[in-house]
Amino acid sequence: MLVFFHKLASPKHFYRLAGIWIPWLAVICAGFMLTGLYQGLLVAPPDYQQGESYRIMFIHVPAAWMSMFVYVVMAGAGAIGLIWHMKLAEIVAISSAPIGASFTFLALVTGSIWGKPMWGTWWVWDARLTSELILLFLYLGVIALYNAVDDKRTAARATSILALVGVVNIPIIHYSVEWWNTLHQGPTVTKFDTPSIDIRMLIPLLLMAVAFKLFYAVVVLMRSRCEVLQRERNTQWVRELTGDS
Amino acid sequence: MTLSEFLNMGGYGFYVWTSYGIALVVLVANIVAPMKMRRKLLADLARRERRARKKQ
Amino acid sequence: MTTRSTSRAFTLLLRRDLTLAYRQRSEMINPLLFFVLVTALFPLGIGADPALLRSVGPGIIWVAALLAAMLSLDSVFRSDFDDGSLEQYLLSAHPLSVLVLAKTIAHWLITGLPLLIVAPLLGVLLDLSGAAIWTLILTLALGTPVLSMVGAIGVALTVGLRRSGMILSLLVLPLYVPVLIFAANAVETASAGLPITAHLSLLTALLALACSLSPLATAAALKISLS
Repeated sequence: MLVFFHKLASPKHFYRLAGIWIPWLAVICAGFMLTGLYQGLLVAPPDYQQGESYRIMFIHVPAAWMSMFVYVVMAGAGAIGLIWHMKLAEIVAISSAPIGASFTFLALVTGSIWGKPMWGTWWVWDARLTSELILLFLYLGVIALYNAVDDKRTAARATSILALVGVVNIPIIHYSVEWWNTLHQGPTVTKFDTPSIDIRMLIPLLLMAVAFKLFYAVVVLMRSRCEVLQRERNTQWVRELTGDS
Repeated sequence: MTLSEFLNMGGYGFYVWTSYGIALVVLVANIVAPMKMRRKLLADLARRERRARKKQ
Repeated sequence: MTTRSTSRAFTLLLRRDLTLAYRQRSEMINPLLFFVLVTALFPLGIGADPALLRSVGPGIIWVAALLAAMLSLDSVFRSDFDDGSLEQYLLSAHPLSVLVLAKTIAHWLITGLPLLIVAPLLGVLLDLSGAAIWTLILTLALGTPVLSMVGAIGVALTVGLRRSGMILSLLVLPLYVPVLIFAANAVETASAGLPITAHLSLLTALLALACSLSPLATAAALKISLS
């Protein structure tokens, strides 16, 4: 078992194993997503306050959760790469950045579209929206810094530091609705007592959340494989791989 | 629910379907981009291999 | 500088930077002039209605201070990087974070403190009340050191890059936003006559956090940039 993890850290084995996992994870992800969409769009009843427009929630909330989750993974992988000089940790960290930025963008846009009929405005500078926007800038900063540094090992270590400095934003986003009077809705799922949401709405929400996590896993593996090819392009195994194709 | 009711979403059809549409675009883009990148990388590396082998 | 004691190295480095800055006093004027000019542009651009200026004044002055701080950041490590002293700091026996702290404090004294001195003048230009001006000075006193410290992290990450100006802004501005929000909010609240102890506590907390952690992050970033 330990040998498995040790092997996993090697880019060559990771490339091969990820290639095997990706199709399976993709299939499972599609299953969750289709079930979640079916439940969310067809089975869940309309909300007594918001009517049918609340269905945007099934995209908006999982996207927002993912925006924070991916950042924490990116910072964590970056820290592992910094401390133990693990190439694969560095690769996973930088591969996660564009995916996290996409989810943040999606959360902001769907939130804005949802806000227009509900609050009457496309945007408001309250604590949660502002800190989520800052999160997008943090992601873009990581990507920009990585592209600006030529030596990719140095680039990975620099972006790890940047990601770690920015991780303080995550609790701010999460607790912003409790610390400030905001227009945004308060916590309904991640409270410690029973969630105050109808079970028929909770199920598709959780299904979509799992689907998005699996989606992230699939895409990060795909991107990491590309980054591995790029970084290891001068090694024997990559030469053999590309020589055959 | 009829199809027209489904598309109308109680009057909020524009908002709901635009959101789901943008989500679809974002998800598809995230899948397609690494696929294209990998294909390009393999092609570039293969070209480089051929040039290196020719030199030998 | 071969010296056994780290605290002596700290004071020597601090005095060196201050002396160098003093010998090029004209360079110190630049961020200050920028600060004043940017602030002065706003009444010209948005109209000189005193009520309007009073309500947006604190925000304008703080954004101008933020931009001036950002423009002056490059000077923290630039000259040392160019002549090789930065590598000497890395190689020295003293902890890099202490040396970094000395440089950052020097930077704040040279670029941040003058902003504090000029701010009341700008407050008068924008028709701010006495309470607002006092709070402005207080928030600048607490906030500009944070700008120097957090900015130093950004500079350390980008010091080895060519054309690091734009990317430095992209990295550093998101980290500056909490300071801006709390400080501008404090001045607005003080203008309305309400207590600002909460805001000041938050700003002080940010300052404490920056002073204790940012030298470590900056030192780590320098080691990576110069590797």
